Parts: sequence; structure tokens; C-alpha cells
Amino acid sequence: MANGNSAAITAKSFYEEGTTKAATGIRSWIFSTDHKRIGILYLISIAAFFFVGLIVGILMRLELIAPGQTIVDAQTYNQLFTLHGVIMIFLFIIPGIPAVFGNFFLPIQLGAQDVAFPRLNLLSWWVYIIGATLALISIVLPGGPMDTGWTFYIPYAVRTGTNVSLAIFAAFILGFSSMLTGLNFVTTVHRMRAPGMGWFKMPLFIWSTYATAWIQIIATPVVAITILLVIIERYFGVGIFDPALGGDPILYQHLFWIYSHPAVYIMILPAMGVVSEIIPTFSRRTIFGYKAVAMSSLAIAFVGYLVWAHHMFTSGMSETAQWIFSLLTYLVALPSGVKVFNWVATMYKGSIDPKPPFLWVMAFIFLFSIGGLTGLVLGSLATDIHLHDTYFVVAHFHYTMFGGTGTIFFAALFYWFPKMFGRMYNIKLASLSAGLFFIAFNTLYFPKFIMGYIGMPRRYFDYLPEFASLQVVSTIGSWLMLITVVLIFGNLIYSAFKGKRASMNPWGGVTLEWHISTPPPLHNFHEIPTVKHEPYDFSQLKELEHDS
Amino acid sequence: MTHNNQATVHAPVHRDDVGSKMGMWLFLFTELLLFGGMFLIYAVYRFQFPDQFKVAAMELNVTVGALNTVILLTSSLTVALAIGAIQKKNKFLSIIFLAVTIVFALAFMINKFFEWSAKIEHGIYPGSEYLLGKSNGEILFYGLYYVMTGLHGLHVIIGVVILSVILVMIMKGSINHENYIKLENSGLYWHLVDLIWIFLFPLFYLLQ
Repeated sequence: MANGNSAAITAKSFYEEGTTKAATGIRSWIFSTDHKRIGILYLISIAAFFFVGLIVGILMRLELIAPGQTIVDAQTYNQLFTLHGVIMIFLFIIPGIPAVFGNFFLPIQLGAQDVAFPRLNLLSWWVYIIGATLALISIVLPGGPMDTGWTFYIPYAVRTGTNVSLAIFAAFILGFSSMLTGLNFVTTVHRMRAPGMGWFKMPLFIWSTYATAWIQIIATPVVAITILLVIIERYFGVGIFDPALGGDPILYQHLFWIYSHPAVYIMILPAMGVVSEIIPTFSRRTIFGYKAVAMSSLAIAFVGYLVWAHHMFTSGMSETAQWIFSLLTYLVALPSGVKVFNWVATMYKGSIDPKPPFLWVMAFIFLFSIGGLTGLVLGSLATDIHLHDTYFVVAHFHYTMFGGTGTIFFAALFYWFPKMFGRMYNIKLASLSAGLFFIAFNTLYFPKFIMGYIGMPRRYFDYLPEFASLQVVSTIGSWLMLITVVLIFGNLIYSAFKGKRASMNPWGGVTLEWHISTPPPLHNFHEIPTVKHEPYDFSQLKELEHDS
Repeated sequence: MTHNNQATVHAPVHRDDVGSKMGMWLFLFTELLLFGGMFLIYAVYRFQFPDQFKVAAMELNVTVGALNTVILLTSSLTVALAIGAIQKKNKFLSIIFLAVTIVFALAFMINKFFEWSAKIEHGIYPGSEYLLGKSNGEILFYGLYYVMTGLHGLHVIIGVVILSVILVMIMKGSINHENYIKLENSGLYWHLVDLIWIFLFPLFYLLQ
């Protein structure tokens, strides 16, 4: 590793340096073009929306604790699950890891001082906030929150009197934020790698964020035009999706999923990248099959673009099309499997240090494997007809989205928190919360697999008595989850202010962010480093320890 | 290890013209896909109602469409000339060419305005009684016509705003022969607007 950065230990951190707009105060944050500050802005806003979405979820589970009406009526329940979906998907999971950790660490891991377009980066946060505000306004305006589900399927989305137009326009705006981040990251990776940082010397988090950025660029415009068309339909009745005028509502579903299926890879790929960072660090071994893991990110992004219609097996499609989409869906399992096996192989004979980030990753591998394998059940035609639109689907996507991306969001927080905030959290409490999360998660979602299998449809606010006991178990799980999340954020928020000072490299990582002082200085590197090592070459550790 | 207390090496003002252009191309790519969604829908319905689309297309005025095509193509030329002029340090000529581009863009929109008003006067607009009396294919043709040319028109208006800002920047000298990447990127955007029209024109006006 290049020398000279060791001097950074005594240098000021980016918190102390202030920005050109203001030294301290809110203006130094909301108008800052520093990628680290923008990452933290995203972290705060995304965590806030996650909490809102969580509370809505808790309310839904509370309603379902007993058959019949419990705390809300059927219409309100429809609005709650729509709200839960829209908030969690558009405001938490899609921006989640790339916007927070991608912003903060992508330039550092590349050995750059910032992203390629810093002002565009700030703009994308503002666009995110504007979109989120519009979504919140749509809740309180007369007409009430949207009740279509987060998929806003035609024709109901055109006919309902709730505030669909404003809410989906908010999604349109959020799409812009996502696209701008994507094109920023792609350009950054192409143009700003440090000397010596060849494509195959990039950390795997960058590879997966790079693949994600491409999906953001390629897929988001399709949903943008689809959303515009729904709004146009609502105001002008053009007829593009209206069968009475010759239009085709199924076409809407195709266009929607052409974006929204790749979007699930926008959610999961960055998480896989984080896993590929954490496992080598805590196993003290270089990643097994670096190139395979890097390329599998691109393969997932590519194949993932071609499988959208597996959401529509029951909507009406030719048998040939069903067969092809089912086959392509199975193909996604290959690169995903490449990743999982390489992670496990990395740990083999490693010197494993079970610190909290690693424990979170263990939870991830278990939960995500269940999510992935049940995905195959839904991807095959015969079983999908039986399980479509049941709780089985709900359980499946919560295992992949929340058990996958959500878990890794926490793992990434626990991994990079000391570097971001310069302080260490309570390790024991963090390990405990990982265990509690695992229990809470399975209590909350596993019963849904069983309920779905025996026929409980999703999005129903009432149910038959035979589902009662499993529903209660699931609701208890939701309370455990709330406690866990409070524990996680309580620990982190307290430690951000009062925690012990963290050292430069608390975990013994070797990617570039562990070569600079904690928290990072304003320009990340005092001189741009020259990269000589492979990304996970732990022989660097000796040099690093010597330096500090 | 060396102690470096003057560690405040100032970040050089980061300028990367290749990177800027790359970002612009990526953005244009998203624009293409945005319109791509519309072209996909057009293809589906044209395939479903080929005859009715032909009948509906007869109503459109080829002369006005062709005139607008000429205007937009020429404006693409003038914006390219504006870039050429600034590269050759001819600020005055660059301003003239850019101003002409903006005038062409406005002329396109005025033409479009009269075209749309004429259609609406004849009772051809989404949801009109006249149109609802027609076949499904014709309804969809005009639905797509308004949505796609409308979306394109919106891009023309955005283009006018961008080019006007660039014009002011050239006048003030912040875009000059050494740093004209913003002009080049706006030119790229303008070519895209032109390119989309090159596809819209035959699809709506010529396939009768």
C-alpha cells in the first residue's frame, strides 16, 4: 500500500473540517457535496423511513392477531399494506445500501476523493427527499392514502378514488434519484479508480454496486414511463391499458415488472457485495474465486433483466412464454449459488472471528438461502399456480428482501459504523441483537410459509379460524422484531455520540477504507494511493499495523 | 513514519471531460429507454390493429410533420455548428448558431401547437365523443399520438430551457474554447430530441 496515508491519523476528520457552505450546523450537511456527508444524510433519512414502515407493519400484524376486525377496518388495512410496501421498497430497500454505504465507501474503496459528479450526488439526495415528501403528502390529502398495493395494478389503480396520482408521481421522482445515483456510480468506477486499481483489483462491494448501478440505469426509465401512463390514464382516459378502448391491462403488468423485477436485484446485489467484504475480513482469508464472485454480479444483473414475467404466471400468457420465463428464473439461481458457495469456501480453514458483522452475515446466509430456495418453488409453474398470491409469496419475499437485504443493511452498519462515526458500539449488545433478530425474524415470517401453503391469501384483512394460532405466532414475532430494531438503533445512536473512540482498523480489514484515519479526512486520501495488492491480500495487515 | 502536519493537500478542482460526457451518454441511455417503453406499446398495438392504425394516420398532416422534421434536423446541424464555432474560438458565431437553434426549437413547438389545436377543434382528443365513436385501433393511435408527441414536446421545451442557459453561459464566457463540455453535452441532448422525432415522424405520419 502507498505510504503517506499513515500521516492521516493525526489529521482532522471530515466532521471537523466542515464544508465550503458552512463549518457546522444543518447547512454544512444538507448543502454539502461531500460523498461521506451525503451518505450519512441518506442513512438518517432512510433509517427514519424504515422506522415508519416498521410501525405500519406492526399495525398490520396487530390487526391480524385475531380474525375479523381488530383495530382497523378493511379499507384502512388496504391502505396500510400499500403504505408499508411503498415505504419499505421505494424509500428503504432500493436506495438503502447503495445510497448509504455506496456513497460513503465506493469512492474510498476506489482510492478516489469523491464521486465523479458530487453536485449531482447532492441533487439525488434532494430529489429523494422531494419524492418522499410527496409520498407523505399523499397520505394526508383528502382522498386518503393509496390502497392499490405497492404494484398499483391497472385497472384498479385508475378507478380508485384514493390519492394514486400523487403517490406514484412520488415513485417517479424517487426513480430519478435512483437513476442519477446509478449513472454517477458507473462513471465513478470507470473514471476514478486509483492508479494500479485495475478492474480485477476492485473490492467486490464495488463490483456489485457497479452491477446495481447498471440496473438502475437500464430498468428505472421503464417504470418511469409506466407510472406516467397510469397518471395520464387517470386524468385523460387515453385507453392504453383500458380493454374497453382496445388497450391491454396485462401490458401494464409487463411494463411494471420489466422494472420491478430487476429492482429486486437492485436491492440484493449491493447486499451480496457487502457480504463479500465482511466474510474475508472476519475469516482472514482472501475471497475464494474472486473473479467468479465479481462476474456473478454482472450475470445476476443480466439474467435478472429477463425474468420479469414470472410474476405473471397466473395473469394470462402463452405456455411457451411461461416455460421460457420459468427456465430463465431457474438460471438466476446459478450465479447466486456461485456466490454462496464461494463465501462458504472462503470461510473454510479461515481464522474466523465471530464479531457482530460476521454474525449478521451468518444470519443472512441462512435466511437468504431459505428465501432463495422458496423462490425456486415459486419459479416453477406447477407449484406457483397453487401458491400464487398466498402468504407463501409474502414469506418468500420477506426472507429475500428483509432477511437478505435488510439483514445486510444492519451487517454493513455494524461493519462500517466505527469508520463512519469514529466510535465503537457495544459489541456484546450487537451480537445479542443479531441473535435476537434471527429468532424474531423466523417467528415473524416462517409461519407465513405454512399459512400460505395451506391457503391463506395475501393482503386479506380477515381469515378463517384455522389460521388463528399461526397468525398469533407471527404477530408475537413482529413485537420481537420491534424490540430488536430498537436495541440495534439504541446501541448505534448512543455509541455515535458516547461510544469509545474506534481505532483506524478495528476489524483488521485490508480494503482501502481501512488504510485511512477514522473517521476519514475530508478528501479521504492525502495523496491518491497506488494500489499494489489484490483487494483481499491480508499480508498487507502487517504493513498497516506497522504504520499505525 | 513521517509526520505531515500540513496534510491539508487541497483537492484539485476535479475536471474530467471524458467522464462528463460518459455521464451524459448514460443519461441519454435512460431517455432512450423511457421512450423505448412507449415504442414498445406502439409496436404491440400496431401489430394488433394494423388496418385501423393506417386509417387513423390518414388524418395527420404530412406537410406539417415534414416541415417540423426539416426544422428539427436543421436545428441539430446548427447546434453542432455552435460547438464547432466555439472550438475555433469564435464566440460570436457560436452564440448566433445557438440562438438559431433555439428559434428553430420554438418554431417546432409553434407548429406543434397549431397541429394539436386543429386536431382538438375537429374533436380528436382522448375521451372526445368523436373519437369514442371510432374503432379501438383509431382511439389507441390517437392516444399514443398525443402521449408520445406530447412527451417529445416536453423534451423540446426542456431543451429550449437548457440551450438558453448555455447561451447565457457562453455570453458570460464561462463556456469558452477551453471548456465547452457543457455545450457539447447539451448538444448531445438536443441530438437525442431530434433522433426521437426521426422515429416518431414515420411511425405516425408516413405509415399510412
